[in-house]
Amino acid sequence: MATKQSETTMYIQKQQRKREMQHYLVSFGLMIIFTLLAFGTVMIDGIPKHFTSFFIVTLAIVQVLFQLYYFMHLKDKDHGFPTLFIFSGALVAFITVLTFVSIVWIS
Amino acid sequence: MSVNAHSLSQPKQNSGFFSWLWEWLSTVDHKKIAILYLFGGGLFFLIGGIEAMLIRIQLAVPENTFLVGHNYNEVITMHGTTMIFLAAMPFIFALMNAVIPLQIGARDVAFPFVNALGFWLFFMGGIILNLSWFLGGAPAGGWTAYAPLSSEFLGNGMDFYVLGLQVAGAGTLMGAINFLVTIVNMRAPGMTFMRLPLFTWTVFITAVLILFAFPALTVGLFLIFFDRLFDANFFNEANGGNSIIWEHIFWIFGHPEVYILILPAFGVISEVIATFSKKRLFGYSSMVFATILIGFLAFMVWVHHMFTVGLGPSANTIFAIATMAIAVPTGIKIFNWIFTLWGGQITFNTANLYAVGFIPTFVMGGVTGVMLAVPTADFQYHDSYFVVAHFHYVIVGGLIFGLFSGFYYWWPKMFGRHLNETLGKINFWLFFIGFHLTFFFQHFLGLMGMPRRYFTYLKGEGFDAFNMVSTIGAFLMFFAVIVMLINIAYSAVKGEKAKGDAWEQGRTLEWSIASPPPEYNFAQTPLVKGIDAFWKEKMDGKDKMTAAEPVGDIHMPSSSIVPFLMSISLTIASLGFIFSAHDGVRKPALFVAGAGVVLFFLCMLARSIKDDPGFHIHKEEVIETEKGVR
Ligand SMILES: [Cu+2]
Repeated sequence: MATKQSETTMYIQKQQRKREMQHYLVSFGLMIIFTLLAFGTVMIDGIPKHFTSFFIVTLAIVQVLFQLYYFMHLKDKDHGFPTLFIFSGALVAFITVLTFVSIVWIS
Repeated sequence: MSVNAHSLSQPKQNSGFFSWLWEWLSTVDHKKIAILYLFGGGLFFLIGGIEAMLIRIQLAVPENTFLVGHNYNEVITMHGTTMIFLAAMPFIFALMNAVIPLQIGARDVAFPFVNALGFWLFFMGGIILNLSWFLGGAPAGGWTAYAPLSSEFLGNGMDFYVLGLQVAGAGTLMGAINFLVTIVNMRAPGMTFMRLPLFTWTVFITAVLILFAFPALTVGLFLIFFDRLFDANFFNEANGGNSIIWEHIFWIFGHPEVYILILPAFGVISEVIATFSKKRLFGYSSMVFATILIGFLAFMVWVHHMFTVGLGPSANTIFAIATMAIAVPTGIKIFNWIFTLWGGQITFNTANLYAVGFIPTFVMGGVTGVMLAVPTADFQYHDSYFVVAHFHYVIVGGLIFGLFSGFYYWWPKMFGRHLNETLGKINFWLFFIGFHLTFFFQHFLGLMGMPRRYFTYLKGEGFDAFNMVSTIGAFLMFFAVIVMLINIAYSAVKGEKAKGDAWEQGRTLEWSIASPPPEYNFAQTPLVKGIDAFWKEKMDGKDKMTAAEPVGDIHMPSSSIVPFLMSISLTIASLGFIFSAHDGVRKPALFVAGAGVVLFFLCMLARSIKDDPGFHIHKEEVIETEKGVR
């Protein structure tokens, strides 16, 4: 009985690890694609410049999120505090940078 | 807590002055570090206070020549810097260290070693800053150190400011991280976030603010450091720099700093008023919500210090509205305190007098704050004594009242002896009356046009009477502090011994253990069943907490001299950098600085390599100690 139960949990764990590995591979692949896309938009002539900058910044943000959630385990449970703190910090940094690019007074 | 580390018993030391000194230099016990913070903060508080008295003596009569020009600038700069960074911050850390682990039912902070390091960095930072008096003159650029005045024109004093604050700031940052980790991870079973005492909540948010605000100061100081010592041009307009960036960076740090100071005071007031009204704090969850909201808004308002810079109407309006919004959560808190008092069985002892005195005083500071938040009006108030009055109302009338209230309230817990109530009341009334005399009339001086930071004024400008009153008030505050020192000395010698539940109506966990607490705090980790955990147990007819574990061996961290050595090596490095600004000695000074840095890394290496298993206090010893106190 006990052995059967442990066999079941082992099976479940194995499946979980398998899924985890798949997630890693998929997000890794996606990141390579994103990077290629980013380089592509810059290299190909004829794409409007403001579209390029908007597009690659968006890709960058998506990539950072992938990194944080899949490779740095923010998606796992018990990571509420690190998530909260990272995003609060990011918010503060964002506001600061926004100020510096918009309202710093230059004579 | 895992107990499978080596079981070492603590080495017994022979008594004598040096072992006493060694014990304090190497302690990692949060209760002793609290006392160190109290002593260090107290020392700098007295120095800052003497500087304040010098300022008030100079301004007592028109055209005075007691302290003028550059010397006056040095004194105002050091007064502001000392009071904010070296008195207020360590006082807050003293209360945090003394109370937080006890309130959450923990045996120590998460990182006792880092805790000690934080204290020694703060203390040595303060020493570096104050050494400037003897080594060529103190900084004279105001506590805000605006560039390019601070980065190009002032002498060697500014280097002491930059490096002293850098070292002290690193200590503060470490302390904050330590308390964040402690509060998140070391709460006793059942102590959920919505059961945390309000002081713990406010300290938690304060620590978050430190974590996000102090890096801005660190970066700003590094920029000035490079501008001054290595000819960088961050703030030099002529070479493509931008001096306004310093103002932004400073206030991105500086405004949250104000809330870093005031939030713990809010926490103290909440505890004291609830305890001495014999009532549960009114609107606990709205208090928590208001604290978080204040912390959040703290980062969106810094431009209200810069309305007159010329950022344009849109920027000014956005930041003005954000600033005024802060009045809402603050108002929630004020009403909650009043409703807590309402219908309570109020005891007016010194702690509660300070807490009750805090409410109207802080409201006045808040109202002038909203007045200053109106950009158009601010053009009139800016850099006048109105601003001086405003921030002394919130920092002295808010923070210092809160801290003194906390000292009187937790003193028996920290030292095992009560402070004397009669002396306490003399202390309170002298301080309260002196405070209002000093700063109330400065509002009018400001409205009449007296500018801040000027060392004198002329006869016939109409400033004479109010300035005289202000100086008299300052002397009353000075006497109040002397009374407090006498009280402390009296308490140490003849003070009434405190029981565990010193006020007999304690609500939170710290009152459930002996005063002063044994080294391990809780013989058994308590089980928390609700808000005001200890009060709840007492209402159920018990006299101590329900335990969450059987009595067992208790694992303790071993003491270490390394934090002290690390701080000493950073001090050597700082002094090296400071003297590298002198032409003749640049090379040897930089060599000393490098040696200090190397020493610092060697200390880190030693700490990393040496295994620190700690030691155990054995079960029998714990039982024996617990018998003694009950
Ligand atoms: Cu502000």
